[in-house]
Amino acid sequence: MSYSPHTAADRERMLAAIGVASVDDLFADIPAAVRATGFDLPAPLTEQEVRAELARLAGQNRIPRVSFLGAGVYRHLVPAVVNEVIGRAEFSTSYTPYQPEVSQGTLQSIYEFQSLICELTGMEVASASHYDGATATAEAALMACRLTGRHRVAVSTAVNPQVRRVLATYCAGPGIEIVEVPADTSEGGTGLTAPDAAARVLSDDCACLIAQQPNVFGGIEPMAELADTAHGAGALMVAVVEPTSLALLAAPGSYGADIVAAEGQPLGIPPSYGGPYVGLMAARMESVRQMPGRLVGATRDGQGRKGYVLTLQAREQHIRREKAASNICTNQALCALAAATYLSAVGPEGLREVADLSATQARHVAAAIEAAGLGQRRFSAPYFAEVAILVPDAARRHATLAEQGIVAGFPLHTDYPELADTLLLAATELTTDADVEALVEGLGSTR
Amino acid sequence: MSVLERPATGDASGRGAAFTSPEAGDELTIIEPLIFDSSRPGRRAVRFPLPSSAARAAAGGQPSIPEAAARAEAPRLPEVAELDLLRHFNRLSHLNHAIELGFYPLGSCTMKYNPKVNEWAARLPGLADSHPLDPDPLAQGSLELEWLLAELLKEMSGFAAISLQPAAGAHGELTGLLMTRAYHRSRGEGEQRTKVLVPDSSHGTNPATATMVGYTAVTIPSNARGGIDLDALRAALGPDTAALMITNPSTLGIFEDQIDQVVAAVKEAGAIAYMDGANLNAILGRFRPGEAGFDVMHFNLHKTFSTPHGGGGPGAGPIGVSERLAPFLPTPQPLLVAGDPAEVRRNAWSGRPTPGARFALEEPGARETSIGKVRAFTGNFGMFVRAYTYIRSNGGDGLREVSNDAVLAANYLRVRLSDAFDLPYDRICKHEVVFSGRRQKRQHGVTTLDIAKAILDHRIHPPTIYFPLIVEEALMIEPTETESLETLDAFVEIMHGIASQAETAPDELKQAPLTTPVGRLDEAAAARRPDLRHDFATESTGATG
Repeated sequence: MSYSPHTAADRERMLAAIGVASVDDLFADIPAAVRATGFDLPAPLTEQEVRAELARLAGQNRIPRVSFLGAGVYRHLVPAVVNEVIGRAEFSTSYTPYQPEVSQGTLQSIYEFQSLICELTGMEVASASHYDGATATAEAALMACRLTGRHRVAVSTAVNPQVRRVLATYCAGPGIEIVEVPADTSEGGTGLTAPDAAARVLSDDCACLIAQQPNVFGGIEPMAELADTAHGAGALMVAVVEPTSLALLAAPGSYGADIVAAEGQPLGIPPSYGGPYVGLMAARMESVRQMPGRLVGATRDGQGRKGYVLTLQAREQHIRREKAASNICTNQALCALAAATYLSAVGPEGLREVADLSATQARHVAAAIEAAGLGQRRFSAPYFAEVAILVPDAARRHATLAEQGIVAGFPLHTDYPELADTLLLAATELTTDADVEALVEGLGSTR
Repeated sequence: MSVLERPATGDASGRGAAFTSPEAGDELTIIEPLIFDSSRPGRRAVRFPLPSSAARAAAGGQPSIPEAAARAEAPRLPEVAELDLLRHFNRLSHLNHAIELGFYPLGSCTMKYNPKVNEWAARLPGLADSHPLDPDPLAQGSLELEWLLAELLKEMSGFAAISLQPAAGAHGELTGLLMTRAYHRSRGEGEQRTKVLVPDSSHGTNPATATMVGYTAVTIPSNARGGIDLDALRAALGPDTAALMITNPSTLGIFEDQIDQVVAAVKEAGAIAYMDGANLNAILGRFRPGEAGFDVMHFNLHKTFSTPHGGGGPGAGPIGVSERLAPFLPTPQPLLVAGDPAEVRRNAWSGRPTPGARFALEEPGARETSIGKVRAFTGNFGMFVRAYTYIRSNGGDGLREVSNDAVLAANYLRVRLSDAFDLPYDRICKHEVVFSGRRQKRQHGVTTLDIAKAILDHRIHPPTIYFPLIVEEALMIEPTETESLETLDAFVEIMHGIASQAETAPDELKQAPLTTPVGRLDEAAAARRPDLRHDFATESTGATG
């Protein structure tokens, strides 16, 4: 059954008012040649039946008892207050705030979100949200091309491959060429993007250099030097960051980033098999008119009451159509609200605790594996909360442990053939000492 | 999706009341202070444990973060107690209109009821805690759900294949046009086909998407009956046409009654037929675009399949495609790698697992023809859970009833309101009906913006206004199937009241809204002097109102 409230009598009354005999008459304008006869879909389910079906599917998943899997998506504590706020129907069952007089809740919360992202990144302006970190990065590259009038982008191979694949798809549209800056993945190498490697690739027609901090291997990149290198070639610096790391790592604004893109999932959003998440984007005020996505600004009404509106809409598709900065319309507002609530709930101290605990447990697991003689760090550079470990016969052991409900991180060989037998292990504040022990024991048992 | 509202001010046409800005220096009345205003050093909502001594000791031997890369000053995030945090967001929420508070006939957005059981399902730990890179053997439930949802969407739409990956309708458009280009290139016609045709009634996303893909958008006029002008379309189609993007039912709420000829003409020109599926809620069980010859369509799960709109997202914009576009679908696809598809479907429809069935994500690089990835992982999975729950709850019979009742309600409003407002296209509509406020504007100087603001005072969200662009002073009303007859009748009465008020007291309407948390806001000032973030330098004094 549908959620329609109409009784047979209601329907009769409406049909009579319209002046047709049956509802079929309202579909008579569909040409007979292409009119569907129906469809073969399953029968309706009652609430208890549909709950059983969804519980069955949820039960088919085996959520690991121990997981060191990250690679762009991280299991963090989602404070109860976050779900309470985003679960409010006033937020969740409204839409894009086209009528600001009855949308001040959504608008002010987006303004607060923009403010929080600016503060976290050290940038001057942040957009209201993008689909995810990968599309935010791709849109940042297109924005850099519009700002510089150039048609080539340079990207470090230590940027998450998921992000680079989306970047490639977006750039294929307008025919923008991508050039790669190889990270040092040699044996005994740093795992980082060397500024001189970037300098060799950056030609005088590159719109931007895209580097990730911490990079896909967890390594801490020399972002200030990379930004200087980019600027020296007349290119913009696009920094892809992980938001919780910004409690400990320098704000991109402080090292000369021109555009910042990030996956906001770690800020109070569950992994949920890949989405919905929220893409963050921040930039300098001077480039705001080339920024894609919605922006909320403060203003006032005729009685001197402060209020918020969607603003600078001349960038957007519903006004500019084919001349818009992007086609983005529906974004990820409720996930942005989750992120704003999360950042407000944890505060500066809480975010630092999350980052510190995550970094400490990542060092703990690396040290424990090394101490047990089961593997060693693949790269020499300092890292944040994710670490690449060389483990002999990694693929087999990873698969065996998965069967036991232990996910030994992310095997890097698929994306980086030169990194055979390398596992990327992520820790968060939810990683316990017992998790570390279970992983070490598991790796030992599969030797 | 693309809902239009022109700026309320800075318009010499006389639309809306002239905005009178308060004197400079006037103190602002604050409805709800910013979260930053209640921040006091040392306040906390959430605390985390300290690292254990074992962890600290082990970590000591590892490299630490170099000073050059460390943050100099902590970010000035708010420091608030949990109750104050909740009160802040709860008070903010009270400033919103929402489906669960009242009628929301925002045309083109399908603001139907978002069932609670869908939310329950999306929060099941077995689904919400599933990591997108978990090995396939651990993610069989997520993969099966995606595969089943794709099967349901295929059956509903008549398409050969589905990609769930696009995150919203406009993202589905981008995906569809990228595939269009890949298709033409595969036939050696990539250079030659450079134009995308869009009707003048189209969503703004359609031409914006064409540009993003490197195509040129060409506008095709509508005919006097509100459909696409077939002669103009035929004249525009040629060897340089990449695709036609057409919304059906159109943004006028009208089914293209020559759709078979439209599709035939596009196919004959060797172009791709793209259907914008934003208005699918009108035609479930009545029209299957794939069967009718379309090559590609995006679904808006947040419209037709009831996932909550969230104040502007997240949505989900899966696409269905024809056989000839299938090789170009984004990667990775969820696949059934062991088991008979018919048996797996049959079992799932009876709530049973299929012994021996196994699902897997397509390997990276397995399909060289793919356009690649349009977002990370496989899509907005949480929306898939809700849409799947909704489709299974309704079943085939329920979904047919959805469209029947949505169309019934829109036609009821069409007939009941046609005495009060001009109806530029007076014919049977589908899920929405577009009126014009031109009579009110010409005779009484009352604009559609004034009418919309007056509706706000009745605790109803106004229809979409000033869209589609081809209707003067447009009012686009989409009641959806979940509003009772009493709600519809009350709306009719309110709209009649506003129409009479336009005749008798037009100046009163120009003052509206009077009962909302704020009145009409100075949008021109917001754009002229952008204030897009909290300024820590000017500490707020807190609430004054």
